[in-house]
Amino acid sequence: MTDNTILYQDRIAGGCHWSLRMRRGTSLHLVDEEGGANVGMLFYNPVNLLERYNAPDTLKCQHTFKLTRGNCLYSDMGRIFCSIVEDSVGWHETVCGNLTREMIIKKWGEHSYQDYHNDWYQSGHDSFLVELAKYGLGIEDMAANLNLFSKVEVDEAGNLRYATGNSKAGDFIELRFEMDTLVVLHTCPHPLNNADDYPRKPIVYQIRKAAPVTDDDYCKNYRPENQRGFKNNEIYHLGVEA
Amino acid sequence: MIKESSLVPANAVYRETVPAGDYFMKVVKKGQTFRILDLEGNQAADTLFYNADDPAERYSAMDTIREQGNVYLTAGTKLISNQGNVMLEIVADTCGRHDTLGGACATESNTVRYALEKKCMHACRDSWMLAVAENEEFGMSKRDITHNINFFMNVPITADGGLTFEDGISAPGKYVEMKAHMDTIVLVSNCPQLNNPCNGYNPTPIEVLIWN
Repeated sequence: MTDNTILYQDRIAGGCHWSLRMRRGTSLHLVDEEGGANVGMLFYNPVNLLERYNAPDTLKCQHTFKLTRGNCLYSDMGRIFCSIVEDSVGWHETVCGNLTREMIIKKWGEHSYQDYHNDWYQSGHDSFLVELAKYGLGIEDMAANLNLFSKVEVDEAGNLRYATGNSKAGDFIELRFEMDTLVVLHTCPHPLNNADDYPRKPIVYQIRKAAPVTDDDYCKNYRPENQRGFKNNEIYHLGVEA
Repeated sequence: MIKESSLVPANAVYRETVPAGDYFMKVVKKGQTFRILDLEGNQAADTLFYNADDPAERYSAMDTIREQGNVYLTAGTKLISNQGNVMLEIVADTCGRHDTLGGACATESNTVRYALEKKCMHACRDSWMLAVAENEEFGMSKRDITHNINFFMNVPITADGGLTFEDGISAPGKYVEMKAHMDTIVLVSNCPQLNNPCNGYNPTPIEVLIWN
């Protein structure tokens, strides 16, 4: 899937947030260092911030509720931000959103910055607000996000159930970017995680050089819809060197 | 959950028939009850809600399903905003299940779902784009168009993580009714989709009714 050239590697502690611009033709390889990580993530087109990750389109275009290897993550404009080219986990969810500060206090008590410094309890909601504001974006732009490494099942009656132990130490997912993308992420707890203590789970991320997408690419052929999504990206990049 | 309403259409303070492919945009006041009636059956009504005093506060599918612990909407569901407030509550429902995960159709997603050459077919998002353009008093734009409710639409999720668009479970005369907990901008696209069973391949009118 990739030629495995690691261009950059870093670690993000649990309960933190960051943002970065990924270039077309590179991959973001994320590793759950200790097991039980959650990575909230959103995508935007850096040259048109109104184009953003669209969870409903991503799910319905691929007739899926869970996300795993082969799935593509779509913008609201019918294009693919990135493809899941590797996944040792098997299920990532995209419908449960984030915890707010108030919910965190209710679950685990208040751990303010004043009292706890770097061990404060940050929320996914505030994390996104902070990162989004760096690009002139606000709460209006906060679409339904990915919660990578987290699994939420639905029974026949529609009830949601958070699956504990979904991601183990060393599990990974790799996102290959099919267009330039602003990635906004946090490592705050999943909203349905009822662990006794605030789960603070670090991730390692690597930026890798991706091999060119071939006609027999797994993600491109995973669904006929993805072939058309790739075609839309191709049209978008006409006249641009790959 | 099936729950019938005791409200009588003749007592409604407002009634409007919305043809397929058209939109409805109006403020429903706090305390008013608002009904969407599926006149001919199997018709998806793609709906968004905003706080009329501050449209940055809007219906949030994620917050709504997470807080009720269930992905389907029906009588008793509280429709939660992105700021954690109850905007409306579903007080009557003769359909029994509504979707909020499938999103709306857009010309661009139609290219992916059906065929690239279908890109110019009418779609819900185009109705919303026209709605925000024609109703400047609300100060809204594309960034305000988020994840909606699909009233009358049947999108079952399976235990192994599948999601399908099934034939509608609605029928002529079925309705869903909500009581507003705040002054709410209601924005409905009466879905024009011709490529899947959400409208039974034949989009039809809905009626909107409001009671004090």
